[in-house]
Amino acid sequence: MTGKPAINIKIPISKETARGLRVGQYVLLNGIVLTARDKVHKYLFSKRPDAGAMPFSLEGGVIYHCGPIIRQSPEGARVIAAGPTTSARMQMYEPFIIEHYNVRGIMGKGGMSGAVANAMKESGCVYFHAIGGAGALLAQRIKKVSGVWLLEEFGPAEAMWAFEVEDFPAVVTIDSQGNSMHRQIEDLSRQRLEEILISG
Amino acid sequence: MLRLHDGLKEIIKKVATTLPRDVEEALVAACEREPEDSPSRKALENILENVRTAKKNQLPLCQDTGTPVFYASVPKDLSFDTVGKSIYDAVRLATESIPLRPNAVDVLTEKNSGDNTGIAFPEVHFEQSEEGTLSIDVALRGAGCENAGMFYKLPDEGLKAERDLDGVRRCVLDAIYRIQGRACPPYTVGVGIAGTRLTAVRLSRKALMRKLDDESGVGAIRELERRLLAGINRLGIGVMGFGGNCTALGVKINHAHRHTGSYFVDVSVACWANRRGRLVW
Repeated sequence: MTGKPAINIKIPISKETARGLRVGQYVLLNGIVLTARDKVHKYLFSKRPDAGAMPFSLEGGVIYHCGPIIRQSPEGARVIAAGPTTSARMQMYEPFIIEHYNVRGIMGKGGMSGAVANAMKESGCVYFHAIGGAGALLAQRIKKVSGVWLLEEFGPAEAMWAFEVEDFPAVVTIDSQGNSMHRQIEDLSRQRLEEILISG
Repeated sequence: MLRLHDGLKEIIKKVATTLPRDVEEALVAACEREPEDSPSRKALENILENVRTAKKNQLPLCQDTGTPVFYASVPKDLSFDTVGKSIYDAVRLATESIPLRPNAVDVLTEKNSGDNTGIAFPEVHFEQSEEGTLSIDVALRGAGCENAGMFYKLPDEGLKAERDLDGVRRCVLDAIYRIQGRACPPYTVGVGIAGTRLTAVRLSRKALMRKLDDESGVGAIRELERRLLAGINRLGIGVMGFGGNCTALGVKINHAHRHTGSYFVDVSVACWANRRGRLVW
């Protein structure tokens, strides 16, 4: 990588750090991220387990929308590929989860709704857009699998995995000031579309 | 003698772990064009590092190893059934050995079969071939891009799309505008124009199997492919939807005759990792 240095982010993330991040910044995450996709989101939303009932703390944490390929062996779980999945599927649950568990970062791909962006603005949380399709590279940036929850119930692609990551790359695309790169790009492309339809 | 399912297993592995050369070259060229420090450039640098990592470690490029799709062109002395059985065997073996993520879920019980096989899963298309060799094209279709596909019935008043190629152009631009960055651009865009819904979808999906330098042999269609590629890249969606000038690597249009009363346009997209390959047996 050349030019402007990436911003290093340590997890857990403080509210101040989250509030200081802005749309368009390229970051490298370090610490523990917790995977959660459709089933874990539904579970957290409907059962609302308290901190004591969970093996990991979401406080200041980063939830990663990811259904990894995991290979189980006697030495433990090995991550084969672990890129982001489409975040929009989780958006009906996310405002509650962000506010209830004090989550500081949601990571996935494709961005999330205005309701989620509002919850992020309210509680000081950001959206990290990971590199979609880069499953092999991102698996390399996971240095250790430090635990798993709900594996029996939901299976390896849907369980909550605790991944210890090092220099995990992402771009901030929704910040806690109410800015969304997704909305900006959509507005720009609508304008361009109108020009292209007229001019060819 | 190597058995057919072993050959198929190898091509599935190649398709899951390496990019077609034309796609990789197009991504390298795109990376050089994006401004340094732009989010799009960073994304492409990571994508290219991912391509190298996956190839070196012989592991899947993406954790969504997709719905396996096969287009088998079968010589007369082989039955579709024999080839079909080998394909199912190969998918089971490949799921275990590569590994692929098990993606086949029973609609009623919601149970995952665990080996990527089930009812009409993988997806297999057969045609009889006059050639003496068996040729099978393989694609791995991730859910993100399969979900993004768009279907149009012309005329469409809202889009001011009439039953002509300008109408087709409006549909394709509308589709990419609506999809935005959600299906991991830069995309390969496949378009099908036909008089039945099934044919339109088949054509648009099959178009994704064409190489990036394979332009239509029909002048008007070729012009539209070029014009649409330029237009899509002017939308400013960019790599991963991060903005910039690289939203698509290619636009491929396939067309059929249509019924006098019908005019359908289907738009399929492949993510940057347009995972396709061919086995000739």
